[in-house]
Amino acid sequence: MKRFLAFIAFVALAGCATTGSDPRDPYEALNRDFYAFNDAFDQDIGRPIATAYRNHVHSEIRDRVRNFFGNLSDLFIGVNNVLQGKFEDGFLDWVRFAFNSTFGLFGLHDVATDMGLEKHNEDFGQTFGRWGAGDGPYLVLPFLGSSTVRDGIGSALDAYFDPLGEVRPIDVRNPLIVLRLTNTRADLLEASRLLEQAALDRYVFQRDAYLQRRRSLIHDGRPPREVEPRSSVNPQPLSSVDSIYHPRVPQNYEAVLAATHP
Amino acid sequence: MKRFSQLLTLSSLLFFTGLAPAQDAAPDVLVKNVTTEVVELITRDKEIRSGSRTKLIEVIETRVLPHFNFNAMTALAMGQSWGKATPEQKKRLTDEFKTLLVRTYASALSAYSEQKFDFRPLRAKPTDTDVTVQVRVLQQGAQPVPIDYSMEKTAAGWKVYDVMVGGVSLVANYRTEFANTVRDNGIDGLIKNLQTKNRSLDEKK
Repeated sequence: MKRFLAFIAFVALAGCATTGSDPRDPYEALNRDFYAFNDAFDQDIGRPIATAYRNHVHSEIRDRVRNFFGNLSDLFIGVNNVLQGKFEDGFLDWVRFAFNSTFGLFGLHDVATDMGLEKHNEDFGQTFGRWGAGDGPYLVLPFLGSSTVRDGIGSALDAYFDPLGEVRPIDVRNPLIVLRLTNTRADLLEASRLLEQAALDRYVFQRDAYLQRRRSLIHDGRPPREVEPRSSVNPQPLSSVDSIYHPRVPQNYEAVLAATHP
Repeated sequence: MKRFSQLLTLSSLLFFTGLAPAQDAAPDVLVKNVTTEVVELITRDKEIRSGSRTKLIEVIETRVLPHFNFNAMTALAMGQSWGKATPEQKKRLTDEFKTLLVRTYASALSAYSEQKFDFRPLRAKPTDTDVTVQVRVLQQGAQPVPIDYSMEKTAAGWKVYDVMVGGVSLVANYRTEFANTVRDNGIDGLIKNLQTKNRSLDEKK
């Protein structure tokens, strides 16, 4: 709940600073400040810990850790699938949770995946998106990083319902939360290294990747695409803002869509 | 025994001639062959495994690059500004962008560690000339990462003009960066930016 209040305060604060040129990112100046802050924090604390974790803890153990927290998250992934009307997926998420919690020894082993029950990726932000909520302005939240108004509210709900939050005593809960954060950051080490290499302006690159990624996740990997001029050599001028670009639509895209969303 | 070795030679010949006309290969077959080939090369090659970046880039340049249409990728990433660039600028933009993408690709590949690939069946009509080929990278305890190759049929065979990793289009992701730089510093400014970036990547290694 504290996080949620902080978030509201942040949005109110952000309302004062409209400087950006990108319509998706009206608070760019403020966001860049938070980005720099997060980056410094990551350089000094997040990345060193995650790197040490990756280098010194055997991958077998790291797999168990990832599975354990992944299993806990399956509960609310299921809830969100149901909220989005995907009852079968939601049911299967709970079956995953049931199998992994028992045969998988408290989720340490992902036996469900071996049985052909694939893990999904859902959260409240995606559910709101599925219900039709737009992104809202892009936000960089302190410590949490890339978000939007919609996803920020989603994250607050995710945190509120987080099963780890129920763990008592606090002395057990807090180390678990730190371990989960370390695991998450360690899994992102390669991605953040690539981001640094690929980007001319890391802030812009990360923002655009985040927005594209969320759009894809909301539509379970197959977002509807806007038709653009077919010629790849001389794209026609776009009527809308040029910076908002959706990838070209291949001819078989309908077939691909049909195969994924029967 | 002799007979057996003859048979072996014959079948391997057949195998290689079967692969040779890469231009005619279906896009999904092409993606599968190139991926399998490159992964095998990088896991076997001693120099690459000991961290030789030069060798890795050489493998990418000979095995992967021929299947990419960098002209189209650069044009798509440039959007409207592409039409305003001179032929000379277009060439330099394409060269620099290509270098950057190859460097990035090399880093991605050097992180490869025995992940399994799931090559999805191609869903397209035989007449389609512009398709998405889907591959998924499977990993323990996490959702598979989809990699979609957007490919166009050209006179020289199927060519990739965009790669989407986890729903993020590589080409689309450069669109804003390029547009911002062109707006502030012009096309030559963008070329210079890309050059500086590429040089800094080379120095780091």
